[in-house]
Amino acid sequence: MRHLGEAKLAENKQIAIDVRDAVKRYGDFTALKTISLSIMDNEFFTLLGPSGCGKTTLLRMIAGFEAVTEGAIYLFGDEIANLPPNKRPVNTVFQNYALFPHMTILDNVAFGLEMRGKSKSEARTKAGEMLELVQLSQFSARKPSQLSGGQQQRVALARALAPQPKVLLLDEPLSALDLKLRKAMQLELKHLQRETGITFIFVTHDQEEALTMSDRIAVMSAGEMQQLGSPTDIYERPHNMFVADFIGETNLLEVSVDAINNGRAVCHLGGGHELTCNAVEGVDIGSKVHMSIRPERLFMSENPAETESLKGRIKENIFVGTDITTIVDLQDGPDFVVRTSNSDRGNKRIFEPGTEMYVNMELGAGRLLAD
Amino acid sequence: MASKQFDIKSYTGFKGITLLCLIILYAPLVVVTIYSFNASQSLTNWEGLSLRWYVDVFSGPESAKFKTAAWNSFVIAIIAATTATAIATLAATGMVRGGRFRLRPVSFGLISLPLMVPEIVLAVATLIFFNSIGFQRGLLTILLAHIAFCIPFAYLPISARMQGIEDSYEQAALDLYATKRQAFTKILMPLMMPGIISGFLLAFIVSLDDFIITNFVKGAGVETLPTAIFGSVKQGIKPNIMAISTLLLSLSIVMVTISYFVSKSDNTK
Ligand SMILES: Nc1ncnc2c1ncn2[C@@H]1O[C@H](COP(=O)(O)OP(=O)(O)O)[C@@H](O)[C@H]1O
Ligand SMILES: [Mg+2]
Repeated sequence: MRHLGEAKLAENKQIAIDVRDAVKRYGDFTALKTISLSIMDNEFFTLLGPSGCGKTTLLRMIAGFEAVTEGAIYLFGDEIANLPPNKRPVNTVFQNYALFPHMTILDNVAFGLEMRGKSKSEARTKAGEMLELVQLSQFSARKPSQLSGGQQQRVALARALAPQPKVLLLDEPLSALDLKLRKAMQLELKHLQRETGITFIFVTHDQEEALTMSDRIAVMSAGEMQQLGSPTDIYERPHNMFVADFIGETNLLEVSVDAINNGRAVCHLGGGHELTCNAVEGVDIGSKVHMSIRPERLFMSENPAETESLKGRIKENIFVGTDITTIVDLQDGPDFVVRTSNSDRGNKRIFEPGTEMYVNMELGAGRLLAD
Repeated sequence: MASKQFDIKSYTGFKGITLLCLIILYAPLVVVTIYSFNASQSLTNWEGLSLRWYVDVFSGPESAKFKTAAWNSFVIAIIAATTATAIATLAATGMVRGGRFRLRPVSFGLISLPLMVPEIVLAVATLIFFNSIGFQRGLLTILLAHIAFCIPFAYLPISARMQGIEDSYEQAALDLYATKRQAFTKILMPLMMPGIISGFLLAFIVSLDDFIITNFVKGAGVETLPTAIFGSVKQGIKPNIMAISTLLLSLSIVMVTISYFVSKSDNTK
């Protein structure tokens, strides 16, 4: 796997978590196949992938709840794979929060501080400050069951942050919240991470959430890392079919590569129609690969534009609030999705269903995928 | 949500059968309770309300015997229930939290088997065991036997409770720098407490009114309340026996009620 995006990080930053060739097997089932990644200090890092791809397993290995079958994990340079969870300066926000039901909110937040040897009063004072940070001071005497889901979520966050861990692990912490609350919590989490300066490792299966919040994202599938990079990298320069398809919505064309000159690849579709786009590493002359084009980088016109154009017929226009999604039946390819933002209505055209027209790619919109 | 079509109450005869079962179960208890307040010497002729047999239990000719027996019973029940509960708590922790070890189904079977073995078999086996190791029969043999047969009774509510506690609580505790012992005492134990109390009460009641095993392993002249009552009945049933039985019954009802409400009470709220 290539580590694109790594170069963008400032050189002087320390590596907070270094996972080296980590493998996890349950009996003869391999949950993680040789994962290597470096997470920088101060980073908001996201593990993104569909359910069952091994995100939780990797997180639990970092927390110390799962043994590493092979490989090693370093925390600021120290090997931690053999330390029990209570000896690792790493805290977790559990997916179901796991707030201690028999303790008050304040005692929940003070727990980690007390276990670290702080006196009861000291721990409670600090816990009170943490509750203030998440705006829950008025609930400190309540039991967890007396709070709403969103409030419990913030308590779990305060509890995990209170002992000032070096790394905070969050396993799909927002998945139980409704959409509106989730959006608000995304901002709050991001804000907390900036404020505390603690490295966050965030797990989610929601690509939109990952794109919104992360400094860098590791896309995983079936126990393997597919791509590591910044949200822009991953969205605009996906390495393979899986990443292109999993992140956002995309149109895929099957193409054959005929020639590569000056960093441009000349390809043709099954029907012979010729297209030119940027060449990428790993795609050579003669290979049959896919080209990915994001729906929002397409526009429609009556006559072919100067960029790459494909002839088609409008099937359907779907109004989805902020934009209009148009389904186009291409003459030389599959159905295409074109997205026109409402704010673009002034200079982009919408056609009635049944109209013959051209779908045009913005410059650099087509992206060849290695596999 | 049961749908209307499958409502069991709509079957003909449901009410009748239910009523019959309840009468068979409770009629004898009701009769004994009522006649314990009878003013008459007779067991069957009602001659008016009186507490004379209760007075007789506490100060009558047999009162000394019953007091010693009651004392023995309570001491044994408290010690046996406490010990059995402690053992059962550890066993449940090991069984429920020990992961999937190979002998787990076997272990579970071994712990709960005594509930299904006929008590007389257990009694004979226990007696033979004590004899073969040359153990003098007396209070101690009763106590040891009670601890042994109380364990499964204490185990069931405790392990049921424990199964309902997700292990993420202990993981959260470990994650927050608690040692394994602290995670157990500060998190798991308090969460298990309803199960533990309920298990203790059940073991206490079972020990308190055990007759068969006690009768086999007790030494000569050592009596618990049930064996004393039995001894007394052999010389003819007097209404004071009904008074004692009613007292025991009330105690059981109180204990079972507490046990019910404790196990229902959710300290997670
Ligand atoms: N204790 C376990 N024993 C066996 N297989 C497991 C265990 N834990 C997880 N797995 C398997 O490992 C894979 C990855 O699981 P997980 O890390 O929970 O995925 P994710 O969090 O990405 O949804 C899944 O196929 C899951 O069934
Ligand atoms: Mg998961």
